[in-house]
Amino acid sequence: MPSVGTKAGTNAIAAPTDDKRWRVVDATMRRHGYRPAALIEALHSVQESFGCLDEPGLQYVAASLGVPLSRVFGVATFYHYFSLKPQGDHTCVVCTGTACYIKESPALLRAIEAEFGIANGETTPDGSLSLLTARCLGTCGLAPAAVLDGDVAGRLQPAELLERLHQLVGAAKEVAAR
Amino acid sequence: MTPEELSELAVAERQRLDRLAHQINVCTATACHASGSEAIKTRLTAEVRERGISGQCLIRGVGCRGLCTNGPMVSVEPQGVLYQHVTADDAPALLDSLASEPVSHIQAPTDDPFYTRQHRIVLEHAGEIDPEQITEYIAVGGYQALAKALYEMSPADVVDELTTSGLRGRGGAGFPTGLKWRTVAKALSDRKFVICNGDEGDPGAFMDRSVLESDPHRVLEGMAIAAYAVGAHEGFLYVRAEYPLAIKRLTTAIRQARQRNLLGDAILGTPFTFHVEIRLGAGAFVCGEETALIASIEGERGSPRPRPPYPAEVGLWGRPTLINNVETLANIAPIIKNGGAWFAGIGTEKSKGTKVFALTGQVKNTGLIEVPMGISLREIVFDIGGGVPEGRSFKAVQTGGPSGGCIPDELLDSSVDYESLTRLGSIMGSGGMIVMDNTSSMVEVARYFMEFSMTESCGKCIPCRVGTAEMHGILTRFCEKRATERDLALLEQLCDLTRHASLCGLGQSAPNPILSTLRYFKQEYLAALESNQPEEVGAAAEEGRS
Repeated sequence: MPSVGTKAGTNAIAAPTDDKRWRVVDATMRRHGYRPAALIEALHSVQESFGCLDEPGLQYVAASLGVPLSRVFGVATFYHYFSLKPQGDHTCVVCTGTACYIKESPALLRAIEAEFGIANGETTPDGSLSLLTARCLGTCGLAPAAVLDGDVAGRLQPAELLERLHQLVGAAKEVAAR
Repeated sequence: MTPEELSELAVAERQRLDRLAHQINVCTATACHASGSEAIKTRLTAEVRERGISGQCLIRGVGCRGLCTNGPMVSVEPQGVLYQHVTADDAPALLDSLASEPVSHIQAPTDDPFYTRQHRIVLEHAGEIDPEQITEYIAVGGYQALAKALYEMSPADVVDELTTSGLRGRGGAGFPTGLKWRTVAKALSDRKFVICNGDEGDPGAFMDRSVLESDPHRVLEGMAIAAYAVGAHEGFLYVRAEYPLAIKRLTTAIRQARQRNLLGDAILGTPFTFHVEIRLGAGAFVCGEETALIASIEGERGSPRPRPPYPAEVGLWGRPTLINNVETLANIAPIIKNGGAWFAGIGTEKSKGTKVFALTGQVKNTGLIEVPMGISLREIVFDIGGGVPEGRSFKAVQTGGPSGGCIPDELLDSSVDYESLTRLGSIMGSGGMIVMDNTSSMVEVARYFMEFSMTESCGKCIPCRVGTAEMHGILTRFCEKRATERDLALLEQLCDLTRHASLCGLGQSAPNPILSTLRYFKQEYLAALESNQPEEVGAAAEEGRS
């Protein structure tokens, strides 16, 4: 049976910064009674709030739940969904599921690699674009598919995908220049 | 809420819907959503308001109708008109046509074999009701099975009904559900759990996502009945974090069911208590294995442990735990409502009921289908799926994802049931069905699946961790035309070893894609050997010795 833990030395552990987003993380951990079993839910909360799991975040969760940092790191690196590196301003997630594979999704990856010089899991040096892959988006009817900044795009051809990525990155640069 | 109030609400809601002249259903599941269905719904809603016909015409978002390739789909009820490839600009014409003939350029045939050859039980409400409104589920008879179980049946009666039905686990392995329930029901403990496994990990499979998005209450009702039958009061829904829409709809559904006293304390006015929480998966294929899934809910790395003891006796936090797949749980309510004998009348002798498949790959009609067990693969691929696109020829159909195998053309007349598919060297699996044409190399397909298994191996046991990596290495040599005769022999040995020595289902089934392609497409492996130049073999052997 899970022990209903209390936050070990509640007053002693302050959030790493006074960033308001930590309150969301706190709320998640509180809802689960600061039990060690809340670890994965807490990590989801940190990643959703901050975009990735950086070291202060991992340490804060470890201290709050009373879980050794080594175990927090072990869990954070075991699951594919968690990322320890910050993402670029824009993300492109290419689906590598079976249906997409059969419909040539590797060609999409090769095209991005050739055009932007980034492989799976990498970000362009200027931090504008990150390339990721998904095991399966479950939109096999639209294969080959990719997610561009959260929007699913289906039946992609390499040229079309590159054009859309340039639009995405280019538009951001124009806004920044203004 | 009492059972009487539930029935009254159902009648009132049905009457309200019957008073409407038209119900326009817009598919808002993931695939149609990606094709812009939200804009269509918004436009239709605005148009209806402008025309002042809100009272007679209901616009609602519904779940998946199945034919994702032709999305976004819109249907007009009760006229039974179906539209495909709809855009927001079609909205005015669509509304204009309500009184007359349907808009011809977007009208979809409803007598297509894609629809007529299906038998929908799990998906009966998908595309028919708004998954975000509990009243719509109640209107179609929702939660009546739970009321029947609580008021007219003992927990043992429920288990007996399940045993009579012959339902088997839809997650892939096909374990008899009644037997599983009986084991948990018999286990002595003051605390038991019910877990719904929604960690749909097979690439190319999206049945569970679609069920959760289209009819979440159906799964909750199944869980509540399961909890009553086995004596559990707490449940967890373990869902992939990659399915945000499913998570959103489940969260809404749980809240609505709690408000109406269909989950929580004193359900339907009885002493029965059942609380459900959602737990997010974090992207680990191995978590589909039940002991790994339990570890993940406990906040640990998803590593499996040896069985026995089985989770039915020692599960979550050491307590007896029932774990069923989403589709299995979605079958419970109709079985309780219509009786186990009704369900047992569908399908084959040993495989009862229907199975949902995600039909994808090189086939005309890609999407989600539900077919009775015992249908032939040929009927699925060529009648329902419409065959491979023009100018290509069928080569193989892959079932069971990374744990399954490829079935060639000459065996397409085999029946779809647990035993037949296993005999063919594949498995039923969770329901991914991928059609491949003459352009696909079977050796490369085997390597693709092995790469997946290698990456997803949790690393706990050596046969799986090293075996999958070695097999992947050998397959890569085949793909790069560097393989030797010795590689072929070694590959067969490794398949045997990994299959028999691995700790959990991931490693035990990982060799299946190789074994099945070796069985039916060995000539492709041999062709790769032949194209290997003898000098290179010599050089490679030389390298190996030094």
